Amino acid sequence: MLSTNRVKKTKPPIIILLFLPSFYWIYLLLIGNLGVNPIEKLMDNLGEMALRLIILTLIISSLSDLKFFRSLVTLRRTIGLFAFYYVCLHFSTYIFLDHFFNFQFIIKDIIKRPFITFGFISFLCLIPMAITSFDGMIKKLGFNLWKKIHYLIYPAAILSSFHFFMLVRANKTEPIIYIGIIFLLLSYRFYKKIFIRR
Amino acid sequence: MKKILPSEITPYSTYLNRRKFVKTASAFSIAASLSLSAKALHNNDSSKYISKLDENDELNTYEEITTYNNFYEFGMGKSDPSNNSSLFNPKPWTIKIEGLVEKPLEINLEDLLKKIEIEDRIYRLRCVEAWSMVIPWQGFPLSELIKIASPLSNAKYIQFVTIFRPEEMPGQKRRLLPWPYVEGLRMDEAMNPLTILSTGLYGHDLLNQNGAPLRLVVPWKYGFKSIKSIETIRFVENQPSATWSMVAPNEYGFYSNVNNTVDHPRWSQATERRIGEFMRRPTLMFNGYEEEVAHLYKDMDLQTYY
Repeated sequence: MLSTNRVKKTKPPIIILLFLPSFYWIYLLLIGNLGVNPIEKLMDNLGEMALRLIILTLIISSLSDLKFFRSLVTLRRTIGLFAFYYVCLHFSTYIFLDHFFNFQFIIKDIIKRPFITFGFISFLCLIPMAITSFDGMIKKLGFNLWKKIHYLIYPAAILSSFHFFMLVRANKTEPIIYIGIIFLLLSYRFYKKIFIRR
Repeated sequence: MKKILPSEITPYSTYLNRRKFVKTASAFSIAASLSLSAKALHNNDSSKYISKLDENDELNTYEEITTYNNFYEFGMGKSDPSNNSSLFNPKPWTIKIEGLVEKPLEINLEDLLKKIEIEDRIYRLRCVEAWSMVIPWQGFPLSELIKIASPLSNAKYIQFVTIFRPEEMPGQKRRLLPWPYVEGLRMDEAMNPLTILSTGLYGHDLLNQNGAPLRLVVPWKYGFKSIKSIETIRFVENQPSATWSMVAPNEYGFYSNVNNTVDHPRWSQATERRIGEFMRRPTLMFNGYEEEVAHLYKDMDLQTYY
């Protein structure tokens, strides 16, 4: 069994590791080494990283049903917050670098283009989770309410994977893999809720 | 916009060099090395093109034009075509001319080029994905080839077919799109002086990733209409199928004219990112070639025929 202590010890290196890609991409952007269309590249990289981390938190939740992995839950919040960090960077790249605060255009874009609508709602879902993820919040809100808020990870995961699926022009293999993983994890939760918790 | 009118064309000065190169290269195996050597040869001299540039345009660099491509035959990433196309061998090349013509033909590209003068054309290229570039092409008007083909009077459209060589084009081994890639033009669009078949850019033979050895360039339409590595040119009576409008007819129409008033479900077509620039630019109707081509569509509802 992984001891909680051992998992806790991995936290600092994991935090550094999860910051690294964003620093590296921003560095490449600044030295002009992020390809021919750097803004698009940065936005894609950040968004994909965010989606992967969202899925990772779901995987951890499911894995923690197994005794051996139970202690991994201590990492879930960290990874979830990093997912939010990458979504924020992704969204600000869109606002600032891609459209340079042209809010008239951006609002139209969000309303008119379903894939952007999905991405935006997913971003909105993550905000209350991020805000209520600090120590003491569970106590303050009560476990039930806190838990309800954190169910928002489901719509966030589904919407962001479809955001990716709809954005891709031809080869949908990668988004389909993500959607598949999310579907499996959600079915498992659903199954657990209905058949085991009775 | 006026600066690119066909009256201001100049001869393709490096065309002779090209012929020399082909002759002397027989001692080497030019096939696989071509794309690499051509890249190495490029001196980034864009001064000869400056006089042909439109006021608000700047040429994109050779590197930008040859490393950021949509050419799914070599993979779907933007750098896949430049990374995965070294096995493709565009020499020798035979073009098949068939369908409603007096006599179906197979022409060797080298033979065809002996009969034709190569010109410089600087065009904006607007991708449907809302990015754009300015590219100094070398090529010749498609109308010249149509003359040689002598189509029958009932030929109303032309269909173009990209070569199918999965051994050399790794993307064709997967069913990313129905292969081979096909595109089409209405006869008057094909005859328009702006429409060219390109054999080079920046004075070099086309690299594999840009559609070697022969590609279409239709500057007032989205980039995917400008079909690459053309093997077959077929004259037909009815509107031919075109790959993207076959795959997603609600997203891509047969005409696919650059139109800032018709949005694609995924990309707003009102603005574009010119590669190399930070701020987006407003997209111009017909990609800025309205004067030259708007008359082709004067009785058409472009919201319906997008």
